[in-house]
Amino acid sequence: MVLARAAQHGPVVHATNRVARLAGVMPGSRVVDMRAICPDMQVAYADQAADRAALDRLVLWARRWCPWTVRDGDDGIILDTTGADHLLGGEAAMLIEMETQLSLLGLTSRLAVAPTWGAAWALARYGSVRAICAADQVAVKLGALPVTGLRLDGQTVLLLRRLGLKTIGALIDVPRLSLTRRFARAALAANPVLRLDQALGNLAEPVSSVDAAPRFVVQTRLAEPIFDPTPYLPALCADLCDLLHQAGQGCRRLYLTIYRTDGDVSHLDVATSAPSRDPVHLHSLFRDRLDRINPGFGFDLISLEAGDPAQMQGIQTNLTGGSDDDLHLSQLLDRLTARFGDRAVTRPILRASHIPERAEACLPALATPPALMPVPANERPIRLLDHPEEIRVLYAVPEGPPAQFQWRRQTHRVVRYNGPERIAPEWWKDRPGTRLRDYFKVEDQAGRRLWLYREGLHEDGRDGDPRWFVHGMFA
Amino acid sequence: MSLLHIPKVSAGQRDRPALAQPVLSEAFAETAWDAAVLGFVLASLPAGQRPVLWVQDRLSRKETGGPSLAGMRMTRPLIMVSLSRAADLLWAMEEGLRCQALGAVIGEIWGDPAALDFTATKRLALRSEAVAVPCWLIRRAASPNLSAARDRWRIAACPSAQHPQDALAPGAPRWAVDLFRSRQSKPGAWIATYDRAADRVDLVAATGDRTLDAADGAARQRATG
Repeated sequence: MVLARAAQHGPVVHATNRVARLAGVMPGSRVVDMRAICPDMQVAYADQAADRAALDRLVLWARRWCPWTVRDGDDGIILDTTGADHLLGGEAAMLIEMETQLSLLGLTSRLAVAPTWGAAWALARYGSVRAICAADQVAVKLGALPVTGLRLDGQTVLLLRRLGLKTIGALIDVPRLSLTRRFARAALAANPVLRLDQALGNLAEPVSSVDAAPRFVVQTRLAEPIFDPTPYLPALCADLCDLLHQAGQGCRRLYLTIYRTDGDVSHLDVATSAPSRDPVHLHSLFRDRLDRINPGFGFDLISLEAGDPAQMQGIQTNLTGGSDDDLHLSQLLDRLTARFGDRAVTRPILRASHIPERAEACLPALATPPALMPVPANERPIRLLDHPEEIRVLYAVPEGPPAQFQWRRQTHRVVRYNGPERIAPEWWKDRPGTRLRDYFKVEDQAGRRLWLYREGLHEDGRDGDPRWFVHGMFA
Repeated sequence: MSLLHIPKVSAGQRDRPALAQPVLSEAFAETAWDAAVLGFVLASLPAGQRPVLWVQDRLSRKETGGPSLAGMRMTRPLIMVSLSRAADLLWAMEEGLRCQALGAVIGEIWGDPAALDFTATKRLALRSEAVAVPCWLIRRAASPNLSAARDRWRIAACPSAQHPQDALAPGAPRWAVDLFRSRQSKPGAWIATYDRAADRVDLVAATGDRTLDAADGAARQRATG
């Protein structure tokens, strides 16, 4: 089993499992080549963005052992355990503890402790199992490892191999002056001198730890179980908005969690179209929705969490202190969406297509509409039926719309018409055999204006005689 | 005897109806599926770039389709709300009429639901006047029963004007509008046309030449027919 990723000349192997590695499949080589080595190989595509996101979460999870953690490339985590190992009973015990915890998550790990980032990187990948390296042993321990352990790119590793420098020890033994002369202008990833300095601790490489996003949660513990959370919500909203205000943030989502006495948990969440920290508005989003909670035998803990926090500055929009129209509109959309759902409240937009039903799309009202919309070239009806309705032609004429037709059990006589406007199917989207349409704007005897179309042509070799449909109404 | 004289037109009423007022108006469609009523309502909305809240019930959507952005040629944003119950629809319209940022609120209701009674229309009318946003109720397959709407229109399609280039083609739309109840102006019937360039609705008195209009197109039957 291997994971593949797309590359310039077809897919390459991104990662392999143990069986594939033993069969000789090398990461970084082409999938077609490796299939020749191992014909019954199974290939799946790697989701690198999700891998990276999972690793980012693992970085924060690893804060249990030390406060400074950071992601290292796509496949590593660096922990600055200085002063933290004695809490876990020494470095060896700490590594065993880490390996146990990671294996409980279902992860295989290779761990090493070293005084520098570079040395730990090399030892974890090429050293012994759970290697521990003291400060004075770095040069000795690294000396036996191959030069690939110096975090160099492929070109440089190849160059060093050709120069006969196979291990880091051999590289250390080369006089520094000649190495510097050779690699004076190389970038960090292609510069063995700088990488060696980093690994040996001559060049500082600090761990800059990322901060976890702050969580905004407020809770109310109740002395005895109750059935209706309504009286507690305003205070919870006010507390949460206080927290958000202190952090200069607003939230796009609110999660209300209710812990029932029988151990069950119910959730309710609402969303807003713009970041908000207005307690009255946030409270109003829960109105009429609380009755969807099944209280069971009552609940004793209510928690309210702000999701999707975003920076929000208090901005005064005008000097008179009047109302802000955008704010009012976004609050209206929030209230409508909270009550009727995402699918009921939409914002129609135009798209670039000649097929009338594809020329329009619906975005959720909370989404931001595109800035530029295409302008239709021809006259279009003011009303468009969701499904075109077939009409019965009573009196057909060779060209133009039928002179008389029946639609919805009423007979219409065409008095005037405009057309045809021919719209061909979109061959890159439609199934083969889709028929073209000829649209006519017709006016009947009472002055009502309809948009008819004929699907297909006579003798176009597709599906018999053409049929007629009503697709819309003009004003 | 002069005490018994009841004036037909009260003191504050105008001769011509003023469109684009921030009041609740009702428009009854003569034919349920006809879009003439929409054309008239859209034409009489006040100009501007403020968004329009459009609330539609399920039956209106099914029978007459949805508003088409391409055909309405509206540059302002549109917010669509599709609902199935009339009570929800009235709630959404009321909620929209709390918001000063909207340019107009338009509701489409099919038939005569029980929720749409005098009280509901009165609430909409008061809200609309308080927040100064025009509100239109488009009624289809409905009977004009008790309502607090300030203007009540009945709108039908009318044979269109002559096309400037093509005698066989329908030209600019015309609508037969009938203002049958109004608080602020004299009731009456007109032929309405819309001048897009000037964004103006012209009302021409319908003085008996409607029969002439009906024959207008019929005389030009196609030779091929």
